[in-house]
Amino acid sequence: MALGFYPGCSLKGSSREYNESVLALARAFDIQLTEINDWNCCGATAAHNLNKDLSFALPARILALAEKQGLSEVLVPCAACYSRLATTLHELKKEDGLRTRISEVIGLELKASITLINVIQLIEKYVLPALDGRVVKPFNHKVACYYGCLLVRPHGILNFDREEEPQTMDAVMAKIGASPIDWAFKTECCGAGLSVSRTSTVSRLSGKIITDAVDRGAEAIIVACPMCHSNLDMRRKSINEFTGSPSSIPVLYITQALGMALGIERKELGIQRHFVKVEI
Amino acid sequence: MARIGVFICHCGENIGGTVDCEKVARTVAGYDGVAYSIDYKYMCSDPGQSLIKQAIKEKELTGVVVAACSPRMHEPTFRRACSEAGLNPYLCEMANLREHCSWVHEKSDATTEKAIDLVRMLVEKVKKNHALQTIKVPVTKTALVIGGGIAGIQASLDIANAGHQVVLIDREPSIGGHMSQLSETFPTLDCSQCILTPRMVEVAQHPNITLYTYAELESIEGFIGNFKARIRKKAKSIDEKLCTGCGMCITKCPNKKIPGEFNEGLGTRTAIYVPFPQAVPNKPVIDRLNCTYYTKGKCRVCEKFCPTQAIRFDQEDEIIEIPVGAVVLATGFTVKDTGFFPEYGYGKYRDVITGLQFERLASASGPTFGEIRRPSDGKIPQKIVFVACAGSRDPAKGIPYCSKICCMYTAKHAMLYQHKVHDGESYVFYMDIRAAGKMYEEFVRRAIEEDGVNYIRGRVSRIYEKNGKLIVKGADTLLNAMPVEIEADMVVLATAGVANEGSEELAQKLHVSYDEYGFFSEAHPKLKPVETNTAGIFLTGACQAPKDIPETVSQASAAAAKVAGLFSKDELSREPLIAVVNRSAPPLYSTCVGCFMCATACPYQAIEHEEIRDRKGQLIKTVARVNPGLCQGCGTCVAFCRSKSIDMEGYSHEQMYAEVMALLND
Amino acid sequence: MSTLLKEVITENTGIRIDQCYQCGKCSAGCPLSEEMDYPPSYLIRMLQTGNADLEEKVLRSFTIWVCLSCETCYSRCPMSIEIPKIMDFLRERSLVEHKSNRKAKKIIAFHRSFLKSIERTGRLYELGMLADYKLHTADLMQDMDLAPKMLAAGKLNIFPELIHDRANLSAVFSKTIKKKK
Repeated sequence: MALGFYPGCSLKGSSREYNESVLALARAFDIQLTEINDWNCCGATAAHNLNKDLSFALPARILALAEKQGLSEVLVPCAACYSRLATTLHELKKEDGLRTRISEVIGLELKASITLINVIQLIEKYVLPALDGRVVKPFNHKVACYYGCLLVRPHGILNFDREEEPQTMDAVMAKIGASPIDWAFKTECCGAGLSVSRTSTVSRLSGKIITDAVDRGAEAIIVACPMCHSNLDMRRKSINEFTGSPSSIPVLYITQALGMALGIERKELGIQRHFVKVEI
Repeated sequence: MARIGVFICHCGENIGGTVDCEKVARTVAGYDGVAYSIDYKYMCSDPGQSLIKQAIKEKELTGVVVAACSPRMHEPTFRRACSEAGLNPYLCEMANLREHCSWVHEKSDATTEKAIDLVRMLVEKVKKNHALQTIKVPVTKTALVIGGGIAGIQASLDIANAGHQVVLIDREPSIGGHMSQLSETFPTLDCSQCILTPRMVEVAQHPNITLYTYAELESIEGFIGNFKARIRKKAKSIDEKLCTGCGMCITKCPNKKIPGEFNEGLGTRTAIYVPFPQAVPNKPVIDRLNCTYYTKGKCRVCEKFCPTQAIRFDQEDEIIEIPVGAVVLATGFTVKDTGFFPEYGYGKYRDVITGLQFERLASASGPTFGEIRRPSDGKIPQKIVFVACAGSRDPAKGIPYCSKICCMYTAKHAMLYQHKVHDGESYVFYMDIRAAGKMYEEFVRRAIEEDGVNYIRGRVSRIYEKNGKLIVKGADTLLNAMPVEIEADMVVLATAGVANEGSEELAQKLHVSYDEYGFFSEAHPKLKPVETNTAGIFLTGACQAPKDIPETVSQASAAAAKVAGLFSKDELSREPLIAVVNRSAPPLYSTCVGCFMCATACPYQAIEHEEIRDRKGQLIKTVARVNPGLCQGCGTCVAFCRSKSIDMEGYSHEQMYAEVMALLND
Repeated sequence: MSTLLKEVITENTGIRIDQCYQCGKCSAGCPLSEEMDYPPSYLIRMLQTGNADLEEKVLRSFTIWVCLSCETCYSRCPMSIEIPKIMDFLRERSLVEHKSNRKAKKIIAFHRSFLKSIERTGRLYELGMLADYKLHTADLMQDMDLAPKMLAAGKLNIFPELIHDRANLSAVFSKTIKKKK
């Protein structure tokens, strides 16, 4: 089946391995991903921090282009992009006046009729039903599933899983043989967009996450957001310096973990790009 | 020949300021059948009423129309006045010139014309009115009290002491309710069971009180003074007459690991059990859901050891029917469990407990014999955190109201903890301190000033467990919202007080109103706190809204006083505005064909079958008959009847037609 | 037209500041609380008073810039007050009135560089964005150790990816953030 695809800037740049693993998974399950033509950056944190109209216009353009292409369901692997697109969709559906004004700003018609899915929903809908008998290397490790802020909040808009102690990623990991642990930092913020402008905050917040996961015996942290991955992986040196108890726990995208269990080559999943070696 | 008297009220400026009352009186005076027409400032006042009475006598009036406020205000007033002057009260009607005219229009000619129209309509109606007599029904002087907590106990004792019969039922094996679970009560720190159990015994021994425990209301029908209640006595599996309460069966029962309800899941009980040692009646019941014999067909150890052979495995539920005159609802409340809180762990942390569970720990007869110990490992907590407003005052969680008692019991819990663990540290996270009762504020100050409880103003955002400790993340809003993190050994959540399970079903059985939270509705929030909108059914205690013991006891006595007032009469008068099936001379007897559509429609089961027989006893036809004792005058049957054989007294087809035609014939 | 900041917030976002009863749950759960000059519930209190001096302090606060919009406060607020939306509004307002906190210089510079990059090419060009950021913050050493590693791992594009309809994007910017008020 054909699914719309919005990779977003991170997947094309600093989180290239996420893109690779998503595409590898899609190939393995015959999921046709149709990239939205001429898509633009969703604006991420910067847009909604500086200007309300811009923060709606950028995602609205993406949605309008998808509609024009005849796409009804769009996969958005990046949790931040997913949040921005879903929020925009929600607000524009709610207020007719806003939708008309933003349509005028982007110069495109917008019906706000698309369904957005995140990477976990993709797995639940298109991968799990066909998983039987395909797991060649069970992921026999204790894992800490890290959801981050934007996959499950605000529940009123995203309607996905639950805000406290979410379970969907854990359920997926259990299906491939992993033992997801019960830990306290599933949805605590990693430091998000302050990675460059205030790295000390990222070190502090991400440090707490890694410490709790390691203390409770996790062998890997599983994520579904490129920002979380880059903070927990690329910033490991700063985090280790901050906490004073260096850790080498690897951080894997859920698509990579699935890929590994299915026997897909590590290179295809981009695992060699990680800063923290994945030795499991 | 009709001789109607019309009395137009100015109601001060309420009507007179908008309607030309004098003109109305003048115009109506000229109508056919109107023998007297006058306007006056305040018809409901003494002189106003005298005016009506005098006119009835002097002008030999056959009917009265008082054009004034809504009949809901003063119909009884004017009907009583007419009655005193010798005119049947049901020949008096009111035209609503206030709520239906002057209060909804501006002053104008059209408004006065409308007033004239309204009066004319009622004049034509009254011409068709019949004299009616009030219906008298006897009163059954037995009260049914549903719920045997402190509210039900108090109400039962008060009604019984007033000389009336009481049937008290409770769905648990023992009476006592939540008060029997408390360790000490605020603000005196009296031992709860010590003050409660004497009353429980009094109830059991009172000659006027019949007690059925492990029993629920199955159904009820009837109306005030004349209810018929069906009670389901659930099978206790023992013969209560033979059982001596020796307790041998309980000591022998091998099934000991069932989580006990009385200890809020912190302790265990056996399958044949008495909820607590001071239970009334002190006779066990068998929990058939967990008993090995009922689930697996084996055991029967209790039967072997019972010295009086009182065990009855094949006992069945028994339904008994009781006629009662009044019902008192005293079904109490419950508290939310810890699973209600996603941010506090969805109930998975064993050392995060509710206030009621803390009561059981603090209780000398509890699972830890009065020592405060962690449910997880039995250790005594050195640092304990109390979270007030857990779920209450929280619109996002669906409970916007305040549960009233938590500020007080939290202070009490903290004090009890400090008394039992001298070098322990206690913290209370609060939003406000609601200590409005007598000696309540002093009680809370005692906790802070004498017992060293640390109060922090701010709510707790999250609780999680790490290395056997509970990490509590709160804030101190009195210190510029500074975040406060405490590593506690135990956390007590003062969870919201909510309506008891089954309250909605019970309310529906009784036709009593309830609010969106399941609490039963009082008839008026200020002036009728113990009555419901259903005549003869009263409320008391926490089933109406969360409240403390002194208020509950006051309300229970108040409800008892209402019941005693009701029972002080031997007969109740009912309004005769009921439905009637027509009767005529033979050979027709009635236009009713006996289809009984009316019986299907009637919400009060007030329609009966009447067999009309000839002198030889042969059946001629079966027609409908309205039971004047049950009919509530709703008129549904009248709307259903296809042959127009059933009609309403006071609102008959003739009367309604007369009103409408009066309006159309200008 | 009201001049009280809390009422302007209501007009623009629909949120009623007076609904907050200062329970402090947001401040208790906020991961950035300890780095803020005014934790979220305190900031709301300042707005509630309608006091002009406090309103000024709110717009000049560091709080609004270090807030990460993680939505934890909103998810736990008993009154369901949309604090992230209030923060977005205050951020925009503080820039328009030139009142942004000096400590937030780097954070704001990052956002600006990010948007500049998008305006030019339609998609984020990380190298270009970083260069622009360093120019504006004189923080030349930032991530100097990271960049080579990223290049080696193939995570840094040397060249930007350009979308076709850059004119459309330019128009979007002129009609929104670049619009003269």
